[in-house]
Amino acid sequence: MDNDQVTLLGFWASPVAMRVRIALAEKGVRFEYKEQSMRNKSALLLEMNPVHKKIPVLIHNGKPICESLVIVQYIDEMWNQSPLLPSDPYERARSMFWADFVDQKIYDMKRKMMWTARGEEQEAAKKDFIDCLKLLEVELGAKPYFGGETLGYVDVALVPFYCWFHAYETIANFSIEAKCPKLIGWCKRCMQKESVSKSLAGPHKMYNYEEDTSAFRASTMLLV
Amino acid sequence: MSNEDLLLLDFWVSPFCMRVKIALAEKGLSYESKEEDLFGGKSELLLKSNPIYQKVPVLLHNGKPLNESAIIVGYIDEKWPSPPLLPACAYGRSQARFWADYIDKKLFDAACTVWRSPGEAVEVAKKDFIEVLKVLEEALGENNFFGGETFGFVDIVAIPMAFWFYASEKFGNFTVEEECPKLSAWIKRSMQRESVAKVLPDPEKVYDFVIMFRKMQGIE
Repeated sequence: MDNDQVTLLGFWASPVAMRVRIALAEKGVRFEYKEQSMRNKSALLLEMNPVHKKIPVLIHNGKPICESLVIVQYIDEMWNQSPLLPSDPYERARSMFWADFVDQKIYDMKRKMMWTARGEEQEAAKKDFIDCLKLLEVELGAKPYFGGETLGYVDVALVPFYCWFHAYETIANFSIEAKCPKLIGWCKRCMQKESVSKSLAGPHKMYNYEEDTSAFRASTMLLV
Repeated sequence: MSNEDLLLLDFWVSPFCMRVKIALAEKGLSYESKEEDLFGGKSELLLKSNPIYQKVPVLLHNGKPLNESAIIVGYIDEKWPSPPLLPACAYGRSQARFWADYIDKKLFDAACTVWRSPGEAVEVAKKDFIEVLKVLEEALGENNFFGGETFGFVDIVAIPMAFWFYASEKFGNFTVEEECPKLSAWIKRSMQRESVAKVLPDPEKVYDFVIMFRKMQGIE
């Protein structure tokens, strides 16, 4: 593995790119990070992800892997230390289900909560979001992490969205901790791990980013 | 295999349920199947086994539920490794998962939008759908199957969508064969497999279902 060339094409504010950073950090894999512009996509990004033209892309010894959860599974299979997925097939399927739930339900929430009209539509989006977080709290149960005693696949899939919470709360005017204290407790526990704290962007930076670019993104529907 | 208790909560026209049935057949597994009445009233077992989405397919293995068709197929492949549906190497597996994800995100929606679109919007929907098919055709390349020489994970994820294409073709007034001959050849090749042939419904029946569904949704 010493001669491995690992490059990550990412965007600093993207929660799905953070997933890959966390996974690589958990495995202790050294990699080169190349920040990508979302408005002006590089030739390398277009070559490595011609189908979706999106980040993150992991390039391993010249070969690209796209889609964050596909990348995290690949990382877990290539580097055996600190496994993210359980070994039992039923538990693996369960982890995949919950990571997919994060993709289906949480990922799109930002757009609905912050860019839709104010008033009723936003209230409905906020309620939806909290309901989804409560379902995740039930799945977490009494475990320190979704992965059990150690950080796992679902933790990696979900925790990057924590750095967006401050922006959601400020713009949509509500407190996530008040509604989902257990989940916030889990977020803070994850943040004590270097692999997570070094991979997530700062919440205030995220809020400023949201404010700076909201007009542009609302007009182009560019999803990060 | 006699100690395995496999129950599939099914809906005859669902391509997602079809994926699971094909995977089970490929592995030579016997199972019980329960048809759900999705319009009349979902069973308590379905609501209990998939409380979050309340959708089919659900595969219950010794009473334990599995949801989301691509995840179920992956589980079947891991529990019963022979014959393998995914490639042996991690990179090959990542590429298979990527294409399964692409198919999930793009293909069914694009196909259905053709027959869901009123009036002139059909032309735009048809163009979008053909574009998706062409991307898949390019991914297939010169291979017999998306799995290479052998029928595999991506083939199983994709082929059930194909029996919905007839409805898109009729409403969009085109044929997949003309637009994407290589993909069309893959469809025919896959439909010859026993695991696929014995579970695919009649495309005319699917078309009738689409007509009924359009009426229900009030689409002109």
